[in-house]
Amino acid sequence: MTARASMSKATELQLEIDGLPVSVPAGANVAAAVARATPAFRRAVLGEARGPLCGMGVCFECRVRIDERDHQRACMVLARAGMRVQTLV
Amino acid sequence: MSEHYDVLVCGAGPAGLAAARAAGSRGARVGLVDAQPRPGGQIWRHDLRFGEPRAARRALAAASGADWVGAAQVVAAERGGLLLERADGAISLRYERLVLATGARELMLPFPGWTLPGVTGAGGLQALVKQGWPITGRRVVVAGTGPLLLSVAAGLRKHGARILAIVEQAPAARVRAFALGLAGSPATAAQALQLRLGLIGVPYRCGEFVQAAHGDGRLQAVTIRTPRGLMRLDCDHLAVAYGLVPNVELAHLLGCRLERTGPHAAVATDALLRTSVPEVFAAGEVRGVGGVATARIEGRMAGLAAGGADAAADALRRTQHKARRFAAKVARCFALDPRLYALAEPATIVCRCEDVPMAALTGFQDARAVKLATRCGMGACQGRICGDALAAMGRYAQPQAASPLFPVRLATLCEPRTDSLSVTST
Repeated sequence: MTARASMSKATELQLEIDGLPVSVPAGANVAAAVARATPAFRRAVLGEARGPLCGMGVCFECRVRIDERDHQRACMVLARAGMRVQTLV
Repeated sequence: MSEHYDVLVCGAGPAGLAAARAAGSRGARVGLVDAQPRPGGQIWRHDLRFGEPRAARRALAAASGADWVGAAQVVAAERGGLLLERADGAISLRYERLVLATGARELMLPFPGWTLPGVTGAGGLQALVKQGWPITGRRVVVAGTGPLLLSVAAGLRKHGARILAIVEQAPAARVRAFALGLAGSPATAAQALQLRLGLIGVPYRCGEFVQAAHGDGRLQAVTIRTPRGLMRLDCDHLAVAYGLVPNVELAHLLGCRLERTGPHAAVATDALLRTSVPEVFAAGEVRGVGGVATARIEGRMAGLAAGGADAAADALRRTQHKARRFAAKVARCFALDPRLYALAEPATIVCRCEDVPMAALTGFQDARAVKLATRCGMGACQGRICGDALAAMGRYAQPQAASPLFPVRLATLCEPRTDSLSVTST
């Protein structure tokens, strides 16, 4: 394997989205992990499913529950191995 | 006791990094704070697959003398100190002088379907993709205005996205005139050309805009208004860029005077970038959108001035003005078509936090009345999205910031953890 190819092969880590295992490269944020499982991050007041809009911590549309803590912005939190994320709370 | 800095820099993008370096070079003890877990800001955000551009790597290395306080959201401020929230608790930081390099956010405008998952800001999608968002093979429409469309499209394509179209609202003649004008600045022209080359085969549709997004539970198609009528395009992502809005909330909380040349406020400063609060400086986008070149030079100026080197800061003013003039030219060329402010229909949600539709605003003259009656602007984003939009649309004045700046845990306000502050070098 060339150096370049090995560099692009980042370490993967595994976490749980709504009880199902998802793998992301180390350094990815929680939003990237959720996106592998579902387009729907949170449920809006009138019931519509929403996903990230701003991608940089402003809009709060990507809020999920992370390890029992509600209202975490998925775009602002780095994914960690073993994390438990719940959507549509 | 809390950590105390000669110069505290808020925001670790191009302006903040330059400020941290410049203040440090004058012997100041410098702290660098950002809400993101890694320095770089938005434009220099770390890319998991491709790292950072060389300029960003250099700036990051040059600012490494500063204490890095990452993943820390400023929630409250008083003269001489900031209260920040991190995942593991609250911290308070004290400062002699503060540099505000809080950057800008994307302006989002409401249109039918804009609440569907898959519709994002253009810079927003870029940021998500850099941090691992799956985009390979996905069909993306990049729409809105400005050179950002090209750089986002090129960046997404590098990550394996299928860019179906770049939809630029400015008329072709204006875009052409702008491109010709770049001949005056060869470095910029070369960069623009490079971007274009990375986009061979991608239609660049000028004088057109996305009028509506469609889908069931997620984005599935967009309608584009062209001079010849409507065109429907199936896609998975729509990345929109209508311009930027300075993040002035912290400056406002500190009592810095704001000024308004358009619908959105910016921080007012003197020639050496001092705000109306003597120990607080401001640099880059927060003074009015000026692009990365402006941010870098102003960051350096503010860092020097905050470090007591006024003459050195003053010597950079010509370069600063040149960068600002270029930004003004970009803003003129890519001024928004008024039709973009009128896309929302009565049923279109305008306040996404509280699900307030456009129709609910009828009859209200000011933002306060509408807030009390409909909760518009009272949700988690505190009116940053709908307030910016409604101001741009000429409906209401942009809302003013209040403390706490972001939703905060009660424990943060009660008991700042100041004894075991952990800071690391970048």
